[in-house]
Amino acid sequence: MKRKAAAAAEKQAPYGPDIDLDAYSTRPEKHGAVASLTELPVEVEERALSVGVAVGEECRNGSFFQMDHSVVFSAAYQSGLEVMDITSALEKHAWLEEYRWRALAADADKYTARAELMPHHGYFLRALPGVRAEFPLQACLYMTQEGLAQHVHNIVIAEEGSELHIITGCTVASPVRSALHVGVSEFYIKKNARISFTMLHNWAPDVAVRPRTAAIVGENGIFLSNYICMKPVKTLQSYPVAYCEGDNATVRFNSVLLAGEGSDIDVGARVFLRGRGSRAEVVSKAITTGGTITARGHLLGEAPGVRAHLECRGLILGNRGKICAIPELEGCVKDLDMTHEAAVGKIAPEEIEYLTARGLTAEEATAVIVRGFLDIEMKGVPASIGEEIRRALEGEKIGGGF
Amino acid sequence: MLDVRALTVRVGGKLVLRDVDLRIDTGETVVLFGPNGCGKTSLLKTIMGGADYRIESGCILFRGRDITALGMDERARLGIGLAFQRPPAVRGVKLAGILRSCLGKRGAFREQELAGLAAELNLEEFLDRDLNLGFSGGEIKRSELLQLMAQAPFFVMLDEPDSGVDLVNIRLVGLAISQLLEKEKPAAGGEKAGLIVTHSGYILDYVNADRACIMLDGTICCSGSPRELLEDIRAKGYEGCVQCRGQK
Repeated sequence: MKRKAAAAAEKQAPYGPDIDLDAYSTRPEKHGAVASLTELPVEVEERALSVGVAVGEECRNGSFFQMDHSVVFSAAYQSGLEVMDITSALEKHAWLEEYRWRALAADADKYTARAELMPHHGYFLRALPGVRAEFPLQACLYMTQEGLAQHVHNIVIAEEGSELHIITGCTVASPVRSALHVGVSEFYIKKNARISFTMLHNWAPDVAVRPRTAAIVGENGIFLSNYICMKPVKTLQSYPVAYCEGDNATVRFNSVLLAGEGSDIDVGARVFLRGRGSRAEVVSKAITTGGTITARGHLLGEAPGVRAHLECRGLILGNRGKICAIPELEGCVKDLDMTHEAAVGKIAPEEIEYLTARGLTAEEATAVIVRGFLDIEMKGVPASIGEEIRRALEGEKIGGGF
Repeated sequence: MLDVRALTVRVGGKLVLRDVDLRIDTGETVVLFGPNGCGKTSLLKTIMGGADYRIESGCILFRGRDITALGMDERARLGIGLAFQRPPAVRGVKLAGILRSCLGKRGAFREQELAGLAAELNLEEFLDRDLNLGFSGGEIKRSELLQLMAQAPFFVMLDEPDSGVDLVNIRLVGLAISQLLEKEKPAAGGEKAGLIVTHSGYILDYVNADRACIMLDGTICCSGSPRELLEDIRAKGYEGCVQCRGQK
């Protein structure tokens, strides 16, 4: 595997600006483990909370916390759930090697290669067969050092008939402006299992981010993914892919993205619908207040009875910024139903005027429409995560003054 | 309540209202008849404060105050309400959300109040729907009235509230309009007034209008009893009005 990765060490990714990986340091200071997340300094606590990770662990079934390259905390509180760093997990479970790089290729590009050649931990989460997590698991990937690179490899397994809800927050300490985050995540959703995965990002203006995500979904399995990035980032490129391998597998990708001036975001979702009757929904909501967003989506229907829908909505606020929506549908059997909808534009003046006739000021009307635009389907997501999502979205004062 | 004086208005360079005078007293309900494109909707939108309606001359007084220079939201907050003929769909904004906002601007309210209003217009199931998105013609009319009921304006403008409404719901619409105009308590003198644009006149079976005006080519050319004018229009069409005006 290492050799394969080494051969791809310089391989550029098909999308997003190329990043000079050597411009980032891979020698961080070490952080000692904590017995409880509440021991973390207040400023860490605040940043973690901004991405949905609560140090009090209220309504959580387990937590994982990594600072730079040090795993400072991991614990699970429900029998049948495993939460640990990937390095320990690979030592504990010899079989786990089978899952490493099964959903993704280590030589896909220089970023996956880097995660293989220079791994800096990452998390391993697993629900044993039939175990239904009562509350979500939370994971935080945190960077404290200016100019640091963090390459993590995460593996999540929901065994047959199990259910996992995960909230992952990735962020940097507030003085950090520049850093590189490469996050490889592989999800395995077995027969009749379900994972809801919510990822909140809160970066800084010069941070480069390259998540590499893939999910394999078995018969009757469900994978729900919510991705929210409302804060500045220099370059973020990600094109997660899900394989509906089993019959009647279901996948939903929601993403909500905000690009301010100087941010370049290229995020998509691709779903291979290979199981009979499998379903997918990809919904992307993109807002620019000056940055560039490319919203991609690709559905590939390869089995009869497939139903899938792709929706890219882009809102341009202000006079700068660009949104490019690229929806693609590919069907190769006759009995399937795939649709897409894409719309990019500013808020229609008649909508604002209509609401002002109800007594709202133009600023209030704009904010109401933007809030409505950001509203995402929360079905299947636990209430506590729904709250975190709402908080992340409502915390944004966007839309006023245009 | 409302005093429109010598109002001349252009939209995108085109003259849509010419020297319009219209006075509506407190407690009075006026219906406005006129052929398609004669300027009825333009008059309502201008009174509401539509940004595209550029006032060339004249002024609008509302409850003694000159509101000609005020924005739409300010006029709404002063107590002018408009039920749009063809409102836009607003994706992501729920009907309940805008009702809460309207009720909230009047003071504290209870959720039951909101549900009660929705029930009166048979729209309980629409509260969680995006505003006007996929609504039928009749549903839009009822939703517009529901929003006005939450706003409770002093001056109520309705742009064709009867078009597209089925026979079962027209009664609800009529009741709602009477309630908005406080027609049921005339003894109190009523604090409200209304201006209703109607094409068909159906709504007159349910709403007791005091006076009718006819608009032709951007100006009000005639006024009189709503029933009599409607009968004349039905008998002779607006052509009759044109000839009548010519004779004057």
